[in-house]
Amino acid sequence: MPDSNPSPGFGPDLAEVFGPAHSDGGPELVQLLTPEGERVHHPEFDLDFSAEQIRGFYRDMVLTRRIDTEATALQRHGELGIWAQLLGQEAAQIGAGRALRPQDYVFPTYREHGVAWCKGIDPLKLLGLFRGVDHGSWDPHEFNFGLYTIVIGAQCLHATGYAMGMQRDGVVGTGDPDRDAAVIAHFGDGASSQGDVNESFIFAASYNAPVVFFCQNNQWAISEPIERQTRIPLYQRALGFGFPGIRVDGNDVLATYAVTQAALQRARDGQGPTFVEAYTYRMGAHTTTDDPTRYRLSADVESWKLKDPIARLEVYLRRNGLVDDGLVEDVKAEADELGAHLREGCKAMPDPRPMDMFDHVYAEVPEELAAQRDGFADYLASFEGSH
Amino acid sequence: MSEQKTSQKITLAKGLNMGLRKAMEGDPKVLLMGEDVGKLGGVFRITDGLQKDFGEDRVIDSPLAESGIVGTAVGLALRGFRPVVEIQFDGFVYPAYDQIVCQVAKMRYRSKGHSPMPMVIRIPFGGGIGAVEHHSESPEAQFAHTPGLKVVACSNPVDGYWMIQQVIASDDPVIFLEPKRQYHADKMELDTAITPPPLFTSRVARPGTDVTVLAYGPTVRTALTAAEAAAGEGRSIEVIDLRTLSPLDMGPVLDSVRRTGRCVVVHEAHVNLGMGAELAARVTEECFYSLEAPVLRVGGFDTPYPASRIEEDFLPDLDRLLDAVDRTFAF
Repeated sequence: MPDSNPSPGFGPDLAEVFGPAHSDGGPELVQLLTPEGERVHHPEFDLDFSAEQIRGFYRDMVLTRRIDTEATALQRHGELGIWAQLLGQEAAQIGAGRALRPQDYVFPTYREHGVAWCKGIDPLKLLGLFRGVDHGSWDPHEFNFGLYTIVIGAQCLHATGYAMGMQRDGVVGTGDPDRDAAVIAHFGDGASSQGDVNESFIFAASYNAPVVFFCQNNQWAISEPIERQTRIPLYQRALGFGFPGIRVDGNDVLATYAVTQAALQRARDGQGPTFVEAYTYRMGAHTTTDDPTRYRLSADVESWKLKDPIARLEVYLRRNGLVDDGLVEDVKAEADELGAHLREGCKAMPDPRPMDMFDHVYAEVPEELAAQRDGFADYLASFEGSH
Repeated sequence: MSEQKTSQKITLAKGLNMGLRKAMEGDPKVLLMGEDVGKLGGVFRITDGLQKDFGEDRVIDSPLAESGIVGTAVGLALRGFRPVVEIQFDGFVYPAYDQIVCQVAKMRYRSKGHSPMPMVIRIPFGGGIGAVEHHSESPEAQFAHTPGLKVVACSNPVDGYWMIQQVIASDDPVIFLEPKRQYHADKMELDTAITPPPLFTSRVARPGTDVTVLAYGPTVRTALTAAEAAAGEGRSIEVIDLRTLSPLDMGPVLDSVRRTGRCVVVHEAHVNLGMGAELAARVTEECFYSLEAPVLRVGGFDTPYPASRIEEDFLPDLDRLLDAVDRTFAF
């Protein structure tokens, strides 16, 4: 990767602490499952996972990937206007999503399809905004999962404010595991440059808010590499804001789960915010409108293919006799069923009616807007019966 | 003297302070947040004493980041609170512009009504206090142009007391503009026992027969002074205090213009694409055959707000307003 930025004249050589995009994430990377599928241990973040739990992660990741590939295909068929792909980020999202308790609240970007899956949202509902039939199809309070946020990083402030609200509602640090709650704010490496994200760090630190800042560093903000956003590893920024930062292998679902769970528990216990940098790679394009061949090397993509989150877990499961062909086939069949559900459901999704645009602008509709609405209804009615 | 006196003379600052206190007493979900609103009571002392009585969890001194204030208030509203945030000065609202326009204004719409945003954003606005740059602006049109927001401006102590309570009770997000020049100016008799007029209504501040002057916030006083002066010369000006800028309450305006046949709008904001442009268009659409002259606009010039030594030349005053009134009689 060409680098035009001069090194500062003092301190450590930044190349030493900040490797290129295809590096292994550095010595600080928390990992419990190597790319080769070998279970390794970590002195701080380790858990005894049950076989059932690990098989569950496998199923979640396979199905999440299917949501993504199916939606990408639907876009290619003209059924979606655009789709934000998550290919390669399944472990980061399932690890983070499964670490949540029901009372925890999620503030997503527009790419958290795997986390939405963990929160029980029908993936069909994710397609609405990409198809252009609405701006969000689910009730955030039903699922404790906010609507997808398009403005990069804006949701990190909402997450922090929501966490401040939890403090005021007395659901933090009571010691009751069914009561204590936390918030997780999702964002990407590009958003880490946004003022709102940095301000959310400041507010969360200042008020000791129960929020986990979960950054999927997928190395790319559309065409801009991580080096354009930061000169130090992202997780190290947390120290400057006064709370811990951890870099976890975002392609390792076990490590991501363990680290996120610890960070969420810290928040629920009233010990304040944590920054988790899930070190991963965007295997696909930014969205279906993007063409990554214009700005990155296929060799980088190939090297990350060897770290595939699903492949490594499948190797581990098979090597340890935790799955057999039957289970793999069952999951595949379930994925096929999910794919069919998405294809049929997407095509059957009704367009909104023109008059729907006037709904929910205000709680109390101003007369002027009501007059516009009624006038437009009359205008539409004037065409009825004439073709 | 009655034991239960419900009437007292108050300033606008006092009226707002009393109104905020009343709202906080009435609803434990009401929170105040902003820079210096706690211990200091705000740079204008509007929140004076409230943190002492309601605690730091409900009157929150925030870090110095306006987007952070509004963005976290969005999260608090999503959690079921009713945040009232103070932007310290009009010119400091712009860092929060994205959160206000993209999030606060659109959250209810985006969520199909699932996520209401009952939030109040208080902004001291307007000039005339001899301040440095960014402390004297009138950004109301930028918010009135944004669907999903409501925008109101109080002009006097009594309205300050009632309107701040009404906007806090509103389930829609409201930009609440306070004419900072008048915080500690004229006192007015407040009777807390009366029933106030509904929030989104304009009112005739001074009846007249010859010409209608539309004003809001700090220019209501200018218009009333002008009307007094004009009366001495035999000309009768009807002054309407708009109070609400989005939505506009056109009823009293149109009634008035149909009677007078003449209309002048006065605001401190720049004339170009200011509230006056919308008002002129609406009055013309509705009162075309009643008008004896085009609707005229008097406001700040289309320059950035100037250095304070010449701000009185920038701001519309009695003379410029009366000059416009005269011009409507020259057609």
